[in-house]
Parts: sequence; C-alpha cells; structure tokens
Amino acid sequence: MNIMLLTLSEQAILLLAGLVLFTSFSLLAQPRIVAAIRTFAWQGLLLSIVTVMVAIDTGLHHLYISALLTLLMKAIFIPWLLHRLVHKMEFQREQDILHHPVLVLLAGGILVIFCYSIALPIKQLSNSVTQPIIALSMSMVMLGMLMLITRHKAVSQVIGFMAMENGLFFAGVSATHGMPMIVELGIAFDVFVAAIIFGVFFFHIKDSFDSLDVDHLSSLSESDS
Amino acid sequence: MIDIIDFKGWILVIIQTWMFVFLAPLLVGWLTWLKCHLQNRSAPSLFQPYKNLWRLFHKDVLLPKHASLIFRMTPYIIAGVMLIAASIIPLFVVRMPSSATADVIVLVGFFALAKFFQSLAAMDIGTAFGGMGASREMTVSALAEPAMLMAVFTLAMVAGSTNLSTVVETIISQGLVLRPSLLFAFAGLVLVAIAETGRIPVDNPSTHLELTMIHEAMVLEYSGRMLALIEWSSMTKLMVYGVLICNVFFPWGIAQHHDLYSMFIGFVAVGFKLMLLAVCLVVAETLLAKMRLFRVPIFLSLAFTLSLLGLLSYIILEVG
Repeated sequence: MNIMLLTLSEQAILLLAGLVLFTSFSLLAQPRIVAAIRTFAWQGLLLSIVTVMVAIDTGLHHLYISALLTLLMKAIFIPWLLHRLVHKMEFQREQDILHHPVLVLLAGGILVIFCYSIALPIKQLSNSVTQPIIALSMSMVMLGMLMLITRHKAVSQVIGFMAMENGLFFAGVSATHGMPMIVELGIAFDVFVAAIIFGVFFFHIKDSFDSLDVDHLSSLSESDS
Repeated sequence: MIDIIDFKGWILVIIQTWMFVFLAPLLVGWLTWLKCHLQNRSAPSLFQPYKNLWRLFHKDVLLPKHASLIFRMTPYIIAGVMLIAASIIPLFVVRMPSSATADVIVLVGFFALAKFFQSLAAMDIGTAFGGMGASREMTVSALAEPAMLMAVFTLAMVAGSTNLSTVVETIISQGLVLRPSLLFAFAGLVLVAIAETGRIPVDNPSTHLELTMIHEAMVLEYSGRMLALIEWSSMTKLMVYGVLICNVFFPWGIAQHHDLYSMFIGFVAVGFKLMLLAVCLVVAETLLAKMRLFRVPIFLSLAFTLSLLGLLSYIILEVG
C-alpha cells in the first residue's frame, strides 16, 4: 500500500505506529529505571492515541473502550505503581547493567526485519490501513522479549513483560481491529493483578537479597553466606 | 535532466557558494549570540566570528619544527573540500548545474576526506594531544558515517534518487505527506550532525579542556591563516549540515525557477529556517550537559538505530 494514496489521518496512524516502535527501542537501550518507566508510560499513551485514531478511521466504537482501558492501565496506573514502588524501595538512582547496548540495539533491528518477513503472508489476508502495522506489533513483542532476556533487574524485566503485552494488544488492534470485549477485559484484569503481584514480589526479592538483581535468585542460599 | 553546460547556472553556482561560505560565520555568530542571551551572559557582536577570522588571517604562521608537507597542505585541502561541498548543496535554489555533478554520497565522501587529512595532520606533529584528538575523531566518525549513510539511503528510497536537488524537488512536489521514514531519518541525521560538527552533547566547541576536546585537540598546533582556514571550514561544515537538514526535510520556499523573485523568496525562507534551527540547537545545548566520551558510541548507535528504523519503516509502512 502506497502511503501517498492514504488520507492524512491514516498517514498519522502509520506515523504514530512508527513512534510506538521507537519507544520499544528506547526501552531496550534505556539503563535508568525511572526513565524506562516514563518511556513505558509514553508507549501506553501513544498506543491509546493510535487506537482512538483507528477507531475514528474505521468507525468501530468498541475500540474507544479498548483505548480508554489502555490509557488507564498502561499509561497511568502501571507506571504510577512502578514509580511508587521504586520510590518506596529508594531505587530512584538505580541503573540496570546493559552489557552490550549497541549489540542489543542491532539485534532489535534484526528482529524487526525477521518479524516483517514473518508477517508478509498475514498481511495478504487483511486489507485495511492497519495491515502494515502487524509487522510492527509483532516486533514489539519480540523487542519486549529481548528486553526480558538482556536485563538483570526485576523492575526492568517487568517493564519488558508489559511492553510485550502492549505489542500483543497492538497486534489485536491492527490485525482484527480489536479482540472481543470479554477477552480484552480479561486481559486488562490479568495485567492489573500481575502488576500488583509483581509489586509484592519486588518487596520479597529486596528483603531477601537487598537488591532487585534477579541473578541472585539463581544462587543457592547455602553456598554463599 | 539538469543541463551541465549552462553558463547562467554556473554563475548562480558561484554566487551561491560564496554566499554559503561568507554567511557561515554569521550563523556561528548568531548561535553564540543566542546562547549568551539564553544563559544570561553578555553576548559578543553578531560579527565577532568575522573579526576573529580577520585577526587570524593577519597573523604570522608558526610552523612546528618537524611539520611535514601534510601538515602544511591540510588547511587548504579542508577548505577546498568544504568549498566544493558548499557548492553542491542547494541553498536557496534547486536544479543547479553543480548538483548534477555530485550526489549526497559524494558529499559524505568529501567529509570523510577532510576528516582523514585533519587526523593525519594532527598525528603528523607527534604531540600527545594531536594523536589523542585524531583517535577520538576517528572513533566518532567511524560510528557516525554508517548512521549518516543509512539516513541518506532512506532519503534516496523516498525520493528515488541520491541527487540532492532531485530529492528536494520530489519532496516539494509530494506536498505534505506524513512519512514515518522521513521523521526517523531526520532525527538520525540531526544526531549525526551534532556529533560531526562537535556541538554539545558530544564535544564542546567553546573550551580547550584537554580531557574532553575532540576537534580542538587536532588543531592545537595551527596558527595564523592556517588556523583561520580550519576554523572557517568548520563553520562552513556547520552551515552545510544546517542547510542540508533544513532544505531536505523542510524544503518549502526554496526557489524552483531561476528568476529573481523566487530566488529572493528562497533566500529569505532558508535564512528563516536556519535561524529557527539555531534556536532549537541552542536550547538543546543549554539544557543538555556534555556527555562522557565513552557514552558517545551509545549516542551514535541511537542515531544509527533511528536511521535504520527510518529505512525499515519505509519498507514496512510505506510501500509494504
């Protein structure tokens, strides 16, 4: 689909989708935890704006509810919760260790190309403005996974996990214009509960090891005293 | 197709190139003036860079004892390269005969040539600072060049040509199209321009602090008219990057016909765009602190990622 044939608002959807992918990349390269939480909030905000614009473009009203849910959960509630936890545990200045930031970014680029080639056959099935976004949303899932693998601190792993969930939501919006409402509500509730449980786990990990580095979890308690 | 044997066109090229070169110190003066006002300092006059250059041109050249031919040749090579680079960038009018002779990849090559000779000259004397500066410059430019080329390829794919004049004309003729690829290429190219012209998060142009300087470390041994030529060339380089960014991504107003009225409009438009770009640059420089040298590769890998994203989003989102 040539971008010149689309209307201005449809071009804006694609532009914002590109920006959402960029927030995924900046999450990948951001070692500061507070800044990563802020980037995650931006991602949620952009995602809900894209959803609203798709809703306007396609005239599907249930997408407004999905957009509102995304805004409340991903852009406001979860970032606020993570911020509060980080402040409570006095981790504001904490940085995650990124061993090879340049290699990780390059791997992210390769993952995007991989997802593009995977999504090519899927794109044949749909014929709407959002069809090029399917590849982007799949690569957001992959980038979230890459973030989970490369990070050591529990907080940034949770952000990576939530970014993966954002990618899945985005895939739902772009491929089939949203999921059935019952599924969407269920996922929102799951994410809500998960965020709270993660918070409880943070405190447990911090109490036991005095750090949020999950590498400590793999060492036996008898072996080091 | 652009006609290469066009006498009137070549006169225009000469006028535009000299305007480019003679207005570059004014841009630097305007940057300094803005920056001083933003930081509550009393500002030097807008024409201070001209006075500095004038003063340097009237001083004697002191050559180090062991300076070889390369050291003496380098200022002239750099100045010549920048002059040619200035002649192929459309400043206020497109479709000039000089732009048919070189495209934007050649431009990247010109910059590389200038940097190569500058680093050689810095190492030629054998002082510690020269070698250090050359090594740092090479580190930065080796990482900046792929990022710049990626941004250039994105532009070339959007416009279907690597010729700057054609790129500008294509982007004007398409009107307002929100292209994710151009947004990313723009961001990537801005980061590269900051690194290459030695502005604040990468290098501080106004200090000679030995631990952090990059460009200044390489030109420490120069004096007199040689120093003046090098300083002038780096001002021209800043102007080249500024005009490149303004005219390629925001080409509106540039003259498409060779008549006086549209050229006047083009000149006013590019002046206005450059002034605005300088304001953005100065605000960014005031807000940001210079980063550690070892963070520069991460900064440039961000530039590379942005340019790569531009390329990918062109393929995925715009034609796919």
